[in-house]
Amino acid sequence: MSTLLLIEQVLNGLQLGVMLFLMAAGLTLIFGVMGLINLAHGSLYMVGAFAAAAVAAATGSFLLALAASLAAAAAAGAVIELGVIRRLYDRDHLDQVLATFALILVFSEGTRWIFGSFPLFLEVPDYLSGPVTLFGGIQYPLYRLVIILAGLGIAAGLFLLIGRTRIGIQIRAGEADREMIAALGIDITRLYTLVFALGAALAGLAGALVGAIQSVQVGMGEPVLILAFVVIVIGGIGSVKGALVGALLVGLTDTLGRSFLPGLFGLIMEPAAATTVGSALASMAIYILMAGVLLFRPRGLFGVA
Amino acid sequence: MRERHINAILLGGLLATALAAWGLDQPFTITLATKVAILALAGVGLNITLGLGGMISLGHAAFFGIGGYAMGILASHAQNYTPLMEAPLLIEGTNSMPVIWLVAIAASALAALVIGALSLRTTGAYFIMVTLAFGQMLYYFAISWPAYGGEDGLSIYVRNGFPGLNTLDPIQFFGLCFVLLCLVLLFVARLGRAPFGLALTAARQVPARVEAVGLSPYRLQLVAFVLSGAITGLAGALFADLNRFVSPAMFSWQTSGEIMVFVILGGVARLCGPVAGAALFILLEHWLGALSEFWHIYLGALLLIVVLFARGGLIGQIAGREAAHD
Amino acid sequence: MSIARTISTAAIAAAIALGAASARAEGVKVGMITTLSGGGAGLGIDARDGFMLAVKQAGDAGIEVIIEDDQRKPDVAVQLADKMIQSDKVDVLTGIIWSNLAMAVVPAAVAQGKFYLSVNAAPSALAGKGCNPNYFSVAYQNDNLHEAAGAYIANAGYKKPFILAPNYPAGKDSLTGFKRFYTGELAGEVYTKLGQTDYAAEIAQIRASGADSVFFFLPGGMGISFMKQYADSGVGLPVVGPAFSFDQGILGAVGEAALGVKNTSQWSKDIDNAANKAFVESFQAEYGRLPSLYAAQGFDTANLLISALAKADISDADAFRAALEAADFASVRGDFAFAPNNHPIQDIYVREVIKEGEVITNKIVGVAIEDRSNAYVDECKM
Repeated sequence: MSTLLLIEQVLNGLQLGVMLFLMAAGLTLIFGVMGLINLAHGSLYMVGAFAAAAVAAATGSFLLALAASLAAAAAAGAVIELGVIRRLYDRDHLDQVLATFALILVFSEGTRWIFGSFPLFLEVPDYLSGPVTLFGGIQYPLYRLVIILAGLGIAAGLFLLIGRTRIGIQIRAGEADREMIAALGIDITRLYTLVFALGAALAGLAGALVGAIQSVQVGMGEPVLILAFVVIVIGGIGSVKGALVGALLVGLTDTLGRSFLPGLFGLIMEPAAATTVGSALASMAIYILMAGVLLFRPRGLFGVA
Repeated sequence: MRERHINAILLGGLLATALAAWGLDQPFTITLATKVAILALAGVGLNITLGLGGMISLGHAAFFGIGGYAMGILASHAQNYTPLMEAPLLIEGTNSMPVIWLVAIAASALAALVIGALSLRTTGAYFIMVTLAFGQMLYYFAISWPAYGGEDGLSIYVRNGFPGLNTLDPIQFFGLCFVLLCLVLLFVARLGRAPFGLALTAARQVPARVEAVGLSPYRLQLVAFVLSGAITGLAGALFADLNRFVSPAMFSWQTSGEIMVFVILGGVARLCGPVAGAALFILLEHWLGALSEFWHIYLGALLLIVVLFARGGLIGQIAGREAAHD
Repeated sequence: MSIARTISTAAIAAAIALGAASARAEGVKVGMITTLSGGGAGLGIDARDGFMLAVKQAGDAGIEVIIEDDQRKPDVAVQLADKMIQSDKVDVLTGIIWSNLAMAVVPAAVAQGKFYLSVNAAPSALAGKGCNPNYFSVAYQNDNLHEAAGAYIANAGYKKPFILAPNYPAGKDSLTGFKRFYTGELAGEVYTKLGQTDYAAEIAQIRASGADSVFFFLPGGMGISFMKQYADSGVGLPVVGPAFSFDQGILGAVGEAALGVKNTSQWSKDIDNAANKAFVESFQAEYGRLPSLYAAQGFDTANLLISALAKADISDADAFRAALEAADFASVRGDFAFAPNNHPIQDIYVREVIKEGEVITNKIVGVAIEDRSNAYVDECKM
């Protein structure tokens, strides 16, 4: 294993991490402010990817496609918030889980009904495709580098939004004490719709960004959703900072585990068995990480005790 | 109508459906009724955590799958005449249902003990996500572990045997599953009224008071979680025998979601809620599936309506909210 | 349970009216279990459309087809098979796309004396020790396309391929099949997680391995993700894979990232024979899209069944089996015969992904293995 390979894999882990952050940030905000657990967040990720693919096919512009993913996911988020989700805020988690599970069914089959059963096409634009040479001669895809930077930029923007703006103050107040901000005369229903649409837009953007290098297909959201849950459990519910740290941890653990565990086992056992054990263990690595965090910090790394 | 009467009608209806299908020589309808009984059993297991204990587990597919694989592994070794283990002691496979059931119950109880011990350190939304994640971990493990078929799963050519019965005959296998379901329902009904059940209900409602009388809510909930997992594991073993097949799909998070749907469609914390829910689900699958390729849309819409406007599920709608046993 | 559509010719409708006994004498009842909803539905829909096109073209052949959706769930497939055998009393089953579903359904179905004609899935267990006189794979044996890729890599003079597949039985079979025909040095051998969507880590390993070529088997969305990311990584080594990742239904989603890739297939739309030309034209006319590999397999399966029906009555199982074994039909693949374990003997081609006008599609550039049978013939005792 060379140092260059290690650095490249760390970059890959970072890239997976920032994508997971975009998903987890919305989930954790929605949970923190409204106390809602949203299984349909993965569907919004899918909506973003499909909207981007459709617009890219119609216009050929990647930037328009990204804008469309933001708009479509935010709109879908606002619609389900107004129609369904808002009735769930004062229900227990069980009703929330079931209702959002039902939304997954509707979104998945609805998307298949509109777009058909075959995966859609979405590609990296020419100006972002191909590799660039980094320090030490590492060849790394430009697009992935852009994703890392964009993701970190969005993370910074989110921290600014929450830390420095009026709406951020309202969001933080909402997390701390819901009755209080209603009493202060803030239109809380509007704030809720806004936060939900913001979370949806982040998920949709993640779907579009990842869709360009993966397959845009029905059901693409749920595996990511479950990873985002792991991120939140590790980082602590309601904490955007926790989501960032958790996402990077999960991204790095998954990528490095996949690339190096089979090799490490190869040092102590024969190659075929090492591949089997290493691959099986690598696929469970992030869950083991989660179990470890739970043992020592049941509320996650940044959760309020 | 009293909940007791509804329960009698539900179980009687299921039995009558199977018997009528037997009389009319409609073996597939018996198979469907058997499926209802088995899925209801899985739901009864989940209902202990969900209804009695108030813990929302989205990872019960783990126990369903472990039960299934207990059957698959034992039966495949018996089928191939290879021992399960030779050292330190010789363990042979088996195709005797009672033995398989015991192993399924023990294995899923053990898994529930480990998963529960970790997950119950958390509550609320954390608990949902953690159980979901552990279920997913077992799913990936089952797929990537090659010894027992990996993603292909395991096919068992002949259904396992029960002394004195021909289990390949649909009606006899239905009878077996139905009796097991009734026995477990009886057990759960007694559990709910026993000191343990009362303490568990109290631990959900006012944990502080339970602690004040010297009981540990954590331990109560862990015991409930283990019981719940064991029952769902038993259902998994039966489900595997119904299909004569196990695969990692039993571990998938959709399975967890569906078991939860049975419980909620029927009515949370209702003794026979899962029976009503599973029956309704199978009927819907049958009717809506015939209507459209995209029947999941209708199923989703219907679930939404139940959650938003018909709280308490099927039994709750008929019996009224106040009759719920909590 | 799911969509149940019954398509019957006039003859059989009349026969049903006269009663089940006479219906059995005149025609055949086929149960098709395939994936029509959820992920992977595209494959089942193509297989069904190909099959039904042949049934339609045969006109008054006395074939009644009951189609049901397995949702890609093994337990659903098993229950559909039970229903078709117990309630609908079908004579022949077909349609399953996925090997794990086939493993769940086929052994029990043939044990009950039904015929099973596979339109796609052909796991090694059913070709070797688990073979059965009533089970016919019309498509291939699962290993075939991977073997052909190995043969192509060896013949093309590559010395150090890097190979990868998902960590599940079909993935293991794939790399084993590849190594059966490529016995040289490997730059690396990697098993990925099933359903994995990000291959950055694996692509980095390929780059660092000093490989001179890449073979991968990643069906469905996994292959789409891999090809897009691979093309973007600038590694640029030649890529070879089985047809599954470069089939007509998928190429649209991979886009130009796939151009120039070699893939192995037993069928291509430009195989030069009359049956194939007629098939491609009529499929486009009927459904308004280019046929895929799965459509071709469905079409051949139906034609095999029709050819056997013309020779023998289904109620005489031995004669019907002999008629199937003869494989006396005009396959869109050209020469076609069954090996002793009822799996095809056929040429496996190498195709290259090209752009034809605006459409990305495949053209044949050579033959990887001629008259390939399969590695499990000797294990099959029947």
